[in-house]
Amino acid sequence: MSFLRSARRLLLVSVVVYVLLKGLFLSGLATEYLQQIILYALIVIIGSLGLNVIYGYTGQFSLGQAAFYGIGAYMSAYLTHVFSIGSALPFLPVLFASGLFSALIGYLIGFPILRLRDDFLAIATLGFGIFVRVFLDNSDRLIDALGGARGFVGIPRITSLDLVLPVTIVLILVTRNVIFSKYGLFWQCIKDDELASSAFGINTGRMKSMAFTYGCFLAGIAGGLYAHLYSFLHPSNFDFLKSIDFLIIVIVGGMGSITGTIFAGLVWVGFIEGLRIVLPSGMLEYRWVLIPILLIVLMFWRPNGLMAQKESRFLGIDRVS
Amino acid sequence: MKALECIGLKKSFGGVAAVDDLSFSVDEHETVGIIGPNGAGKTTVFNLITGLYRPNRGQVRFFGRDITAIDPARPATLGIARTFQNLRLFGSLSVLENVTAPLLVKGGYGPAGAVLQSRGYVTAERKARERALELLSLFRLSHRADMPAGSLPYGEQRRLELSRALALGPRLLLIDEPGAGMNPREIQGLLGDIREIKKAFLLTIIVIEHQMRLVMNLSDRLVVMDFGRKIAEGSPHEIKRDRRVIQAYLGEEGDGLC
Repeated sequence: MSFLRSARRLLLVSVVVYVLLKGLFLSGLATEYLQQIILYALIVIIGSLGLNVIYGYTGQFSLGQAAFYGIGAYMSAYLTHVFSIGSALPFLPVLFASGLFSALIGYLIGFPILRLRDDFLAIATLGFGIFVRVFLDNSDRLIDALGGARGFVGIPRITSLDLVLPVTIVLILVTRNVIFSKYGLFWQCIKDDELASSAFGINTGRMKSMAFTYGCFLAGIAGGLYAHLYSFLHPSNFDFLKSIDFLIIVIVGGMGSITGTIFAGLVWVGFIEGLRIVLPSGMLEYRWVLIPILLIVLMFWRPNGLMAQKESRFLGIDRVS
Repeated sequence: MKALECIGLKKSFGGVAAVDDLSFSVDEHETVGIIGPNGAGKTTVFNLITGLYRPNRGQVRFFGRDITAIDPARPATLGIARTFQNLRLFGSLSVLENVTAPLLVKGGYGPAGAVLQSRGYVTAERKARERALELLSLFRLSHRADMPAGSLPYGEQRRLELSRALALGPRLLLIDEPGAGMNPREIQGLLGDIREIKKAFLLTIIVIEHQMRLVMNLSDRLVVMDFGRKIAEGSPHEIKRDRRVIQAYLGEEGDGLC
């Protein structure tokens, strides 16, 4: 199957990464805290990949990615609560269902809002994000287990390296294949010129909805993994600023580059958490002075992001020839 | 058979009639030129045919079928392709991708096929790519295949736009001011290109143009518009002598075009 052939490089790299990380985790060289950061970075990559599909490839400026991340997180936590699931294997269908649920919400909300463009779409998605946040704050009135403003407690810790890394790799491959098929091509056509796309027979409404739905699916999966990593959810984890995090990663990595999102996700999480370790405790808040300066410098140095639109050879993209 | 019929088309924008009671028809394999001063409503006619605008009145028929106020994504699948006056290429995509995209619209595989890189996916992508390369070589753009479309010189962008339109395999090609911004030598080349593709692809063509030499040379018949109305129609030879046309272009005292 050409799928496996084109994926062999990436799979090889993933095995190496897996063995390295596994060794690091088992040997105790990586503290519990560091392990958590590494897993979190992978989760952030999945969510950012979703936004890259929506914004980087299709040009739909969304400020609501964290809302779909939150929907996936709460949905999966609720499902494991209801079905009292405690291990990875039975968790997989739950994770998938949470992704689908986020996708469904994204699909439905897409009908009214994807007609909007640019700043207007940004405002609409921002509004949706606030709506979700308020809903989660008051969710205990509807279902007590969701916890409302008290937070969702007692979620089993299921997310592990063995779960997150394979899921991340599979999703990167799926995303890669979709991006380098006609769908990804149409998405980029729409980003360049929506009117011309439609004049050449591309069903722009359907394609935009497809990109948005898939991006929300990825956010939902990321949310599900996140919920079962920290075993505690609070509505404030999914507010507007979280959406900005995803946005920064997409822009820093390069709009329309999968490799860029992976790098930027690692750099972003590594930097924020790394500074927490490096800086003396009294100066911790200076992170928020350093990070903006870094971003400004980066945008001057690489205005199109770390990777611009390029991809690493390891992704194994061989355009059918 | 009539390839295209416009019957009593009217389109106004807030009280100003951009196109007013316009009727004309185009036979299959005919080339019709639409000329007229700036703001005469020529491009609006294209937008009405392709469904970008919805006419206030009137009807558009394509091979006898009513396509008035059609969904803008549908003409491409029916066999109507167009180029744009202000070049609407997919600038950040490669030259090859610009031509491949319309070739892939007609399906061949679905999302699952894309994810699993099924046989259908491989065949469809390969066929589209081969066809796109053929079209590029026809327009002498093969050497540019991997460059971003937006980085091409202007004349080559015009040719790329034509090859992208032909990728749809159209029966009717609408060309909006192909000569805009080109020098006389480039226009001569363009004229040859359009003649050649017309023969090779058995096309029916409607062309909007300001460059008189280009449009007179190319067209079997001309429709002249002024202030949204058709003021004359006939062979290039007749139009050159038409008093109303001369007035519209040159004012009262003109004495002949070209």
